[in-house]
Amino acid sequence: MSIFEYNGSALVAMVGKNCFAIASDRRLGVQLQTIATDFQRISKIHDRLFLGLSGLATDAQTLYQRLVFRHKLYQLREERDMKPETFANLVSAILYEKRFGPYFCQPVIAGLGDEDKPFICTMDSIGAKELAKDFVVAGTASESLYGACESMFKDDMEPEELFETVSQALLSSVDRDCLSGWGGHVYVVTPTEVKERILKGRMD
Amino acid sequence: MSKSVIEMPPKGGFSFDLCKRNEMLAKKGVSPPSFRKTGTTIVGLIFQDGVILGADTRATEGPIVCDKNCEKIHYMAPNIYCCGAGTAADTEAVTDMVSSQLQLHRYHTGRESRVVTALTLLKRHLFNYQGYVSAALVLGGVDVTGPHLHTIYPHGSTDTLPFATMGSGSLAAMAVFESKYKEGLTRDEGIKLVTEAICSGIFNDLGSGSNVDICVITKGAKEYLRNHLQPNPRTYTSSKGYSFPKKTEVLLTKITPLKEKVEIIEGGDAMEE
Repeated sequence: MSIFEYNGSALVAMVGKNCFAIASDRRLGVQLQTIATDFQRISKIHDRLFLGLSGLATDAQTLYQRLVFRHKLYQLREERDMKPETFANLVSAILYEKRFGPYFCQPVIAGLGDEDKPFICTMDSIGAKELAKDFVVAGTASESLYGACESMFKDDMEPEELFETVSQALLSSVDRDCLSGWGGHVYVVTPTEVKERILKGRMD
Repeated sequence: MSKSVIEMPPKGGFSFDLCKRNEMLAKKGVSPPSFRKTGTTIVGLIFQDGVILGADTRATEGPIVCDKNCEKIHYMAPNIYCCGAGTAADTEAVTDMVSSQLQLHRYHTGRESRVVTALTLLKRHLFNYQGYVSAALVLGGVDVTGPHLHTIYPHGSTDTLPFATMGSGSLAAMAVFESKYKEGLTRDEGIKLVTEAICSGIFNDLGSGSNVDICVITKGAKEYLRNHLQPNPRTYTSSKGYSFPKKTEVLLTKITPLKEKVEIIEGGDAMEE
């Protein structure tokens, strides 16, 4: 059994027109037993930057706490928020530092950079960055997510259409994965607002 | 007990904190994760005016393609570029690290970097980690002593060659080079040959795919041709796309308006004493 299959997770981030969406499932399990159906995998780093962590939940929490700490120090020193590209480099460096004893996490980073240009990125557990212009996926349902996103994605979607696409891709993929599901949590971020929605999905 | 209460940013290098825990998990039957590799076909050749490097653009995670258009030709110095195969995190980290060391060295000496300097820095690092940093590199550049092309293996051994291939598609690419390479190629002939070799890797090796990236380095100039050839376009997308008439069921919506960014214009009234 792979360590990533211990807790189960599904994460996806997609780029739209001057906006982005990041979505996750809500299950927390211990192998095949479900212990929570409202687990938060996506956290806010600052108003325009979100981080989703898939994989082993304990490493995800530790990594999140370390990253928030580093970002707060950055904010104190630089008196501004971190750009998404800079944050991605920081996460990559922190993960690569543990190259020979890694954190069992795959982060998905999504943010609005300069001039409200959306930025998404994912990494493997040792920090190899993958910058995509359309969508990125992570978690146990990643193979289904790749297929669903590849066919459903369109360029330059408006926020409402982007929300529909991301939700459909997420729900259809987690339905084919035993270890993730129990609803969905979608954040759609535009330069003026953040819309957080909880989806109704199959509870099995 | 030796750890201080405040976690200071580390001084650099690897940290082996979690190794014991990961070993314990492995003993309990939990297999370690697979890392992103760059299956890859990477090539380099020396032509009459300099060096041409080529690479495919597929990144794999096991049997799945995780990135259809990644960049495998890394910048080392204005006159030196390096293609990387093997574990993606290792190639990126090692090339970034040596690129920074070369920049510091340039500041220190005030001279253009030499290819052998990059070569030595890379091979020392890789040998130090005895092959565990899994990066196989093709390093090429033009400096004051002329054009150079080297290959570096994960254990730290190097070769100096007129044409070189590395990665899972190296046999396919080498077959093309061995039959068609000759000394004194012109720029266009060289680009054509490199493209052919990479295409041979893309079509015959399962670990390589997507597009061809080329980098031409000559004395005093470099040309990075990103996606020089795209022999695998996506032709099957339907123009209509997906539409979802029946909307997704939402249980809860929370809207957080973002703060208006207040523009502070300097040059207001002077402060009263």
